[in-house]
Amino acid sequence: MPELDNSVVVENLCKRFGGFVAVDRINLEIPKGEVFGFLGPNGAGKSTTIRMLCGLLKPTSGRASVAGYDVGREPEAVRQNIGYMSQKFSLYNDLKVIENLRLFAGLYSVSSNVLRERIDWALAMANLKGQENLITGTLPGGWKQRLALGCAVLHKPPILFLDEPTSGVDPISRRQFWDLIHHMAEEGVTVFVTTHYMEEAEYCNRLALIFRGRIVALGTPSELKRGSMNGELLLVACEPLGNAVEVLQSAPGVLDAAVFGNALHLVVPDAVAAIPQIEMYLKQHGIAVGGIEKIRPTLEDVFVSVTTGRDATGEMKP
Amino acid sequence: MLGRLKQMLIKEFIQVFRDKRTRFILIIPPIIQMLVFGYAATYEIRHVPAVVLDLDHSQESRELISLFSSSPYFDVQRQLTDSRQLGDLIEQGKTTVGIEIDAGFARNLRKGQTAPLQVIVDATNSNTALIASGYITQIALGFARNYQQDRINRIAPQLVEAIPSVELEPRPWYNPGLSSRWFFVPGVIGSLTLVLVVTLTAFAVVREREIGTLEQIMVTPIRPAEFILGKTLPFFLIGLFDVSLIAVVGTLWFQVPFRGHISVLLTGSILFILCMLGVGLLISTVSSTQQQAMVTAFFFIMPAIAFSGFGFPISTMPQWMQYLTWLVPLRYFLVVLRGTYLKGVGFEILWPQMAAMAGLGFSLLTIAILRFHKALD
Repeated sequence: MPELDNSVVVENLCKRFGGFVAVDRINLEIPKGEVFGFLGPNGAGKSTTIRMLCGLLKPTSGRASVAGYDVGREPEAVRQNIGYMSQKFSLYNDLKVIENLRLFAGLYSVSSNVLRERIDWALAMANLKGQENLITGTLPGGWKQRLALGCAVLHKPPILFLDEPTSGVDPISRRQFWDLIHHMAEEGVTVFVTTHYMEEAEYCNRLALIFRGRIVALGTPSELKRGSMNGELLLVACEPLGNAVEVLQSAPGVLDAAVFGNALHLVVPDAVAAIPQIEMYLKQHGIAVGGIEKIRPTLEDVFVSVTTGRDATGEMKP
Repeated sequence: MLGRLKQMLIKEFIQVFRDKRTRFILIIPPIIQMLVFGYAATYEIRHVPAVVLDLDHSQESRELISLFSSSPYFDVQRQLTDSRQLGDLIEQGKTTVGIEIDAGFARNLRKGQTAPLQVIVDATNSNTALIASGYITQIALGFARNYQQDRINRIAPQLVEAIPSVELEPRPWYNPGLSSRWFFVPGVIGSLTLVLVVTLTAFAVVREREIGTLEQIMVTPIRPAEFILGKTLPFFLIGLFDVSLIAVVGTLWFQVPFRGHISVLLTGSILFILCMLGVGLLISTVSSTQQQAMVTAFFFIMPAIAFSGFGFPISTMPQWMQYLTWLVPLRYFLVVLRGTYLKGVGFEILWPQMAAMAGLGFSLLTIAILRFHKALD
């Protein structure tokens, strides 16, 4: 295997389905051992990207290399070096736990002298020791998902692709799952994970926000929260909320306004200058103001901020 | 390579034999279908319901009626008294054949004149009507010939020697009893194999696509050819097992003779199953759900059987349709089946059929594998 710093390199990768551009010229570099999050709404192109990187789909144009192998030209070498877990549980429900493990060990050509050890390791990791002979279909969701992870890493892949791995799993299992992911990353495994759970994105070392096939922001969660907002964030408590949103969306100096729980989030160019102006503006329009303060944005704010202001083709409005 | 294939095969066999329903489906329905089709698929007619309207009440008319009643082909249910009843009974479907002997039947015969015999047949099922009319003609002609000879014997015995006649000596080769079951049972073996192998293969692959396991398998280093082989080899063996099962049941239960060599039948079966695996795989590449696969399989199976010569002779189809039947593997397999069962012929006669199936099988499997690669995208 070629020596390299980056586990995944993506250059101008495109995928078109007929006239629909699912993935539009994306570029990425993911260093070894990073937990990289791919965040975006359903249909943004997350799964399409991951499927191209796993060699399941041929790119329309551009190139991508995974573990040093070109996904278009050497898909088999790519597959030997990755583990993949899809958003839908896709092991054989009618096989026993141990039979699924043996099947995937065999498909990854795990040599027979380490087979026992690897399967034992996977069982321990998935916390399924003693459950080897259960029929997979009868396992609870969280167990199934850990088994799927176990099957995906039997051959010690240096790169792991997880496509919405925690969809439909309870919060405690989800938390345990992320602990496993970080444990593997500490051992040098690169993890590429897609999600649309904002709170999950916080677990990642670095994030790319994808929207309509394009990467609209890239950085660590805190970088994104600091830098990607085109302005500062205000929390406005006022009554009635519905009216206030309407009024503020057309107010001068307000870039965006949205309801968040029982208050409003407002994006403004300069928080300190805006607070008295907003207060005045709301009072003029007969809205009672409870308080206005500057807050740190969440990833969700960042996401809303970088995706609004883009038209249907994903282009920035002038 | 072999390691991955082995894993696929182990997995496939565990899945087939673990599931009670699958085990059942592989054994019981083929046997039941063989028995049902064996009994139901026949052109022969027996015990056709018939009624008689005898307005002549003569010795001759009673003699003629007794010929009908004693024939195995007709069940004379009632003697009618009124010709209107006859129409009603046929319309209600209570009888198929109505024989009407008008008054004066015997008088005409005795005068040496032609005596009309009116026969009404319900020809809704044209085949039954045709065959029934044939039997009626046979009975009536037999009656007439006997009557003529009796008369000649009585009037001018010396003339009997002088009347020329043609004696028909039919020799139906391979099926002396003209049993249509002998014709159909080998055909049923072929059709059942077709249905089983095509649906099992198509479903097995589409199910993996539908539940997502296909994708999980395809991100391992397995090659598409290994996956396809791992998926089809079990169904090849199951297909072979089922052919043998229904062939044995059909042969023993229906007493159809097997005159050829088992190796010829086996070779034909293997080639035919390969064709059907190709069809099953092709169906799986154009279907993303089991429901779609079922509909697609249905669209293939119906014409495949209709064009095969299973029940309708290919030689009566329009010419362009006859060319179409060249693409139907079952057409060749039926020749092999009937050739080995009834004629007892071997490769020296059946090689063109074998070659056609080998060619079709190779093409179908190649197209299926190429399409399978594409369908992954």
